[in-house]
Amino acid sequence: MSGLEQLYQQIIMDHAKHPHGTDLAAGEETSHQRNPVCGDEITLALRWDAAGDRIADVAWEGSGCSISQASASLLATLAEERAAEGEAWTPEELTALIAEFREALRSRGAIALDEERFGDAAALSGVSRYVARVKCAMLAWVAAEDLLVRRAGAGS
Amino acid sequence: MLAAPLTSAEIEGIRARFPILRREVNGHPLVYLDSAATAQKPDAVIDAESDFLRTSNAAVNRGAHSLAGEATEAYEDARATIARFLGVDENEVVFTSHATEALNLVAYSLGTASSGSGAGSHPDAARFALREGDEIVVTELEHHANLIPWQELAARTGATLRYIPVLDHGGLDLDAAATIIGERTRVLAVTHVSNVTGGVTPLEHLVPLARAVGALVVLDACQSAPHLPLRPRELDVDIAVFSGHKLYGPTGIGVLYGRTELLDAMPPFLYGGSMITTVTMEHSEYLPAPQRFEPGTPRLSQAVGLAAAIRFVEEVGLDRIAATEHQLAARLLDGLARVPGVRILGADNPAPRVALASIVVDGVHAHDAGQVLDDRGIAARVGHHCAQPLHRRFGVSASLRLSAGIHTTEDELDLAIDAVAGIRPFFGLGEGAEA
Repeated sequence: MSGLEQLYQQIIMDHAKHPHGTDLAAGEETSHQRNPVCGDEITLALRWDAAGDRIADVAWEGSGCSISQASASLLATLAEERAAEGEAWTPEELTALIAEFREALRSRGAIALDEERFGDAAALSGVSRYVARVKCAMLAWVAAEDLLVRRAGAGS
Repeated sequence: MLAAPLTSAEIEGIRARFPILRREVNGHPLVYLDSAATAQKPDAVIDAESDFLRTSNAAVNRGAHSLAGEATEAYEDARATIARFLGVDENEVVFTSHATEALNLVAYSLGTASSGSGAGSHPDAARFALREGDEIVVTELEHHANLIPWQELAARTGATLRYIPVLDHGGLDLDAAATIIGERTRVLAVTHVSNVTGGVTPLEHLVPLARAVGALVVLDACQSAPHLPLRPRELDVDIAVFSGHKLYGPTGIGVLYGRTELLDAMPPFLYGGSMITTVTMEHSEYLPAPQRFEPGTPRLSQAVGLAAAIRFVEEVGLDRIAATEHQLAARLLDGLARVPGVRILGADNPAPRVALASIVVDGVHAHDAGQVLDDRGIAARVGHHCAQPLHRRFGVSASLRLSAGIHTTEDELDLAIDAVAGIRPFFGLGEGAEA
């Protein structure tokens, strides 16, 4: 597989074309992230379970390159899968996952995303070889992180 | 008679002088088509900067030791080279950090004049003062550097910022310009060449309108200086700015040309050492231009490097560069126009253009499109190119820009056009535009 094919794996192409989780509703608490270099935009919400302890769902909307859009879609898909398996993330778990995601993406190809933990989102590993694209892949995850930080701040 | 384009052999000779062109990117020989963002540097520039630092570096315009004298001479020689290049006087050439600083210099100077206080209280400054009811005119196709300083100046002074709109074909609406530029216009700030469409601004239509009402004419020549002979006096502009790094020179240096009688009357922008005559604890008097606008230790090796870059392009000949680019522009546009699903921004603008084209590939974000080119070692710019309003005017948020330089060959353009043709197929999109 060429570098380009590693970057644009079929999973990523599919998610970019048919994104999951783009059912953001009016009035949800969102984080809006923008990449001023290329104009990519993501507005994302974390939806909490009834107890307010775990993330039941991730919803978003956005526009931009296929990496930024696929990454948001993959994050939403992963959240949905975890919830369906009865393993919905706690804020701490998602915070740790985002840190892991960032570390891998910034590793310049040295660290691959663990498929056990990231599911199909592990396909984004190829982005880490393209420094200029890391920000695209991070956009949705940074939005989620922003919401977690805000929530922690409000709770303290 | 028009100058002859460079021959293939001549371009090969020029290429040999750019060491970076010998490297590979992603397993392919580098095809550098991002000269409009920053140009590559020939040996002559790299050597001039390095030689200066190795043999002549010292603080200029102060101190009396021999080395300081040599450094001062090198710095002022650089100024003289640039003055000759522009066909202006040496004291009309101000070195800045970049073109952005040069434009801010003008805007801030006018702002100080408008304040009527400090350096702006000098009687000479009064003619530059803006107030409510005055108008600053720009165009819809400006680079942010020739837009935001004027937005801010308008906000500080109460003046109104107006703009000449862009027509669907990417050229300026000259009919609108004739009604927008009027008695209230105090400043006309316009780019010489669009960094998105490559179109040359019809200054012959705009400048007389500004002249008729006594407006200050500011020209952003960043995208023209590397490609066309730049003669501010012939263009009848008051101020012209360009950056060194787009002209095969170093980063960290820009040039501001201004007519002497204007520069000597304009309030300074940055204040400090090297720009003063007398300083007391209460008050300071300022030197005339160019020192008036060059406080602090100047950009020495950069100025020397820029002069070397200018000698380099002069040796090739700006008229021959322009003739070559004319051919390259036609090849680039024709080639891209034949690729299904590719839209060239401003393609139908009948104005002359430099060898630069920004495209939108149907169904593919510019960032993704650029990645396909990068995979083949082709360096092209993706994004809004610091011209968000123009992209908005075209109804897009980003584009992919291919821009040629003095070392660009027709074969390189063909490789790039071929790579562009491969973008939609790579992303699984068919030939032709999506419905």
